[in-house]
Amino acid sequence: MAMGDLGGDCSSIDAQELHVLAVDDSVVDRKVIERLLKISCCKVTAVESGRRALQYLGLDGERSSVEFDGLKVNLIMTDYSMPGMTGFELLKRIKGSSKLREIPVVIMSSENILTRIDRCLEEGAEEFLVKPVKLSDVKRLTDFILRGDDNSQKKGSRKRKTRDGSCSPTPPSVTSSPSTLQLPSKSISPRPLSKHPKMQITD
Amino acid sequence: MERNQLRRQAAYMRKALFDQGDLDDQFIQLEDLQDEANPTFVEEVVNLFYSDSARFIENIELIMHNGPSDFEKLDNIMHQFKGSSSSIGAKKVKKECTQFQECCKAGNFEGCKKALKEVKQEHAALRRKLESYLQVFQILYKKLGHIKRVRS
Repeated sequence: MAMGDLGGDCSSIDAQELHVLAVDDSVVDRKVIERLLKISCCKVTAVESGRRALQYLGLDGERSSVEFDGLKVNLIMTDYSMPGMTGFELLKRIKGSSKLREIPVVIMSSENILTRIDRCLEEGAEEFLVKPVKLSDVKRLTDFILRGDDNSQKKGSRKRKTRDGSCSPTPPSVTSSPSTLQLPSKSISPRPLSKHPKMQITD
Repeated sequence: MERNQLRRQAAYMRKALFDQGDLDDQFIQLEDLQDEANPTFVEEVVNLFYSDSARFIENIELIMHNGPSDFEKLDNIMHQFKGSSSSIGAKKVKKECTQFQECCKAGNFEGCKKALKEVKQEHAALRRKLESYLQVFQILYKKLGHIKRVRS
């Protein structure tokens, strides 16, 4: 890895930077995820709860449903276990909103529980990451999101890559079934990403 | 030279943290996130961890002060503590947190007391060793310029 500024790679990305909303009640984890995302050339907004996330997204019921508080959000990464509103509940609120359901939501959890993973994916989560989240997880995720944006054809339908690699819009009723998820081997099996060989880092 | 001596000292201290099982690979992940523009990232994260830990321990002790009661609440707090420990690679602390949680699930108050003691001990030991290492590392950094970590 280059010893210079890790953010130096960002200059090579022509596409607009992704804006990621990170939701985690842990201040340590917020700091880490923020850094991981910045290195991956994303703009980051980090909030401490599902409630704050919904406020930011303009979905707290007290504001006009048209306005956003800030920049458009391209990806939401949320912790699963949070006091008050869990990540799962946040996921449901987002996927239940006509305004926000297209935003990919990734769940992060320290607990590798298959029923939990399945439930999240079935509810529409893009990915389930086991904590602690690594840079390789974030890079893979942001690459995927960026590619998806490039290939997006029709707004309002879930973007799913078919197994042959092409990206075609499919009606929501089809994509909601777990068998058509396009990252099944990565999302459902326990800790898939840690099975990748570690890079040798030299100073 | 003083520089080489410092380098050796830092490398030795760092290696000990891993060899003795205080830290795991996640700490290396954090080191990798450090760069010239963010040269104290690891230290900042670790400091956040310490203030978190202090808060968690205080809350747990408060609840436990009046005898066996809300095991679920104790478990929840320790779950958060364990999460922070995991995020910085605090391997031994994380293990003791798990032990505490096991005692909560079993409703074993005496076990919880013992386990909390272990958590605090491991946390204190880690803090001592890590602070020493990071101190030397920062001095070395000032002398050598940017490095992520010191290898022996």
